[in-house]
Amino acid sequence: MLEFRKDIFADERDDNLKEVGRPTQRQDILGHVTGASAFYDDHRFAGLLHLKILRSPHAHARIRSIDDAAAQRAPGVKRIIRAADVPVNLNTLLSLIQFGKDDEPSLASDVVRYKGEPILGIVATSERSAREALALVRVSYDPLPAVFDVEEALKPGAVSVNATYPKNTFEYYGKYDHQKLRYGDVDSAFGQCDVIVEDRYQMSPIEHAPTETNGSIAVPDTNGRFVVYTSTQALFFSLDTAAKINAMPSNQLHFIGGTVGGGFGGKVDTLTEPLAILAARLTGAPVRYRLSRHEEMQFGSPRGAERIYVKDGAMRDGRIVARKVTAYFDSGAYTRLSSYAAVKCAAHIPGPYTIPNVYGDVYCVFTNRTPATAMRGFGVTALDFALECQMDKLATAIGMDPIEFRILNAYRDGDMKAHRREAKNCALIECCQVAAEKANWPIREEYRRMSSRRGAASAPHASARPEAPRRQPAPAPVQQRIPYDRAGEPPAPDAPPPRPPAPPPAGSSHGATRFSSVFGTRRR
Amino acid sequence: MRTPVQFSLNGEEVAAFVEGGANLLDALRETVGDLTVKGGCWQGTCGTCTVLIDGAPRLACITLAETCAGRSIETVAGLRRGPDLHPLQTAFIEHFAAQCGYCTPGMLMAAKALLDRKPSPTREEVVEAIGGNICRCTGYEPIIEAILAASRAGDRRSA
Repeated sequence: MLEFRKDIFADERDDNLKEVGRPTQRQDILGHVTGASAFYDDHRFAGLLHLKILRSPHAHARIRSIDDAAAQRAPGVKRIIRAADVPVNLNTLLSLIQFGKDDEPSLASDVVRYKGEPILGIVATSERSAREALALVRVSYDPLPAVFDVEEALKPGAVSVNATYPKNTFEYYGKYDHQKLRYGDVDSAFGQCDVIVEDRYQMSPIEHAPTETNGSIAVPDTNGRFVVYTSTQALFFSLDTAAKINAMPSNQLHFIGGTVGGGFGGKVDTLTEPLAILAARLTGAPVRYRLSRHEEMQFGSPRGAERIYVKDGAMRDGRIVARKVTAYFDSGAYTRLSSYAAVKCAAHIPGPYTIPNVYGDVYCVFTNRTPATAMRGFGVTALDFALECQMDKLATAIGMDPIEFRILNAYRDGDMKAHRREAKNCALIECCQVAAEKANWPIREEYRRMSSRRGAASAPHASARPEAPRRQPAPAPVQQRIPYDRAGEPPAPDAPPPRPPAPPPAGSSHGATRFSSVFGTRRR
Repeated sequence: MRTPVQFSLNGEEVAAFVEGGANLLDALRETVGDLTVKGGCWQGTCGTCTVLIDGAPRLACITLAETCAGRSIETVAGLRRGPDLHPLQTAFIEHFAAQCGYCTPGMLMAAKALLDRKPSPTREEVVEAIGGNICRCTGYEPIIEAILAASRAGDRRSA
């Protein structure tokens, strides 16, 4: 059951909601339950041809030669597509918003940089003919040393993965090899804090595994146009990318999509449309390019792996006074969307907590792994996992209740964030209070009275703060507490009293600001 | 080499010429033209292509089309009774049991096989029946609820 507290969200929600919080029927569900919903592959065309791709069996290799003579003569084969056939054979997705340099070929010509990288396409009258012809192509490789670890990739003398970024790091604003966040003085804060908790967090790549794999059908239309049926999550993004790679004006492309068999971020990469269109151009026939499940896993991007080091310093009274984060995003062999993930990560380093000294370095690193892309909160999810693990470890180390610890450190309206933006519309405290209540997790009265709003009772970074930490309350029966053996030094017996924090900046009006900052004017 | 195959599809006799080695999924979609059957993995792991063969749930992608000669095959295309939805379809709509909709045809057929065999299954039996069908959107709970609701609706009608 959704609940919007008017004291927190007064200006954000209409009282007369007719849809939100109530069950409703999807507009497309009748098609889904009758099988009538037309996914991209539910369109049929006379003379449909099938494109299959030869992929690299090596993580890193130089291509010495490609012999496709036998494949050309194979039954059903209409056309072989090589790197030289691709009009613009180097692209990066975010070039559409002027972010990053073109670094990924549609078909590799000289070097393959990950297992599964496309090398050559065969267009045939059936998928089976195309597959059988692929087996006749002979490629001679010189295997090259490969690098699979983000920190190894940054060492001097490491294998260079991506020719566009020879140092194995994405380049921000044409000169920076990582994203930096600097706020306050972490080193002196670490020198004065009571407890330090430091740890390393690693997340593996995660495959979206939509039940429908990526694919598209390109159909020649009149006047040189092409109609493209596609599984894309990002119709216009894919249209513009396909236009760029095929060096054709975007008004020659008519993309039809919207019915997507699961995406979760794994269908934003425009993996199939450019070559399907090229194949349709070269053959004059409708062409389908559909990923097999194996290709979806190996060539379709996953959520990228991330390695995150966090060092936090806290006082015995519960305040976090310093945080230092070094994070490495494994972009795989090419950029796709990881450069943007690293920016989001840098923006999230303090989490939803007010920390006076923050230091962060976030790297987007190239390795010989499958290129990574978007997936549900990418850039934030793994960091959040690391930060919230840290919060539990810190609470344990100073002997504080983990929810009270979060309430104590949560952003209040008007707090200054590490990015030098004022915190607005905060509601973490209230969320923690409700969560504690619903979970029968006892928190002390003063914490139940705290508020995200300026001037409300007991703002911890203002005057009123709990005198001393106390022992943890008895755990609720279903909850589990994990002891952490890396909790740092025990608190000093006579730690100095906390320094009085700076007075908060003038308060902001609650709720109003978010709408005006997004939409320009407040809706009433 | 193409082979003639004749079978019943949703109660209608159909005949098709299939490639040697063709699977039932391709035969239904590409040759017969029943596009309500979806392919998800083409290797017998995701359940998306589930159809009923003589009432039992089977994976069309790893069933040889030629082995279906003389059999009775059911797909979602035959689930409706004229203009009326099957109770499972109604329950899926009411319980928000589909999001992207791609696993839904296979999920419905797995559920139908269960309810045909056992009209009032337990929750555990429902979970078992759809255990071979992957859904990446819903988290399964709404689907389980929908199947249980459909079984209750069936109880009311037969009572």
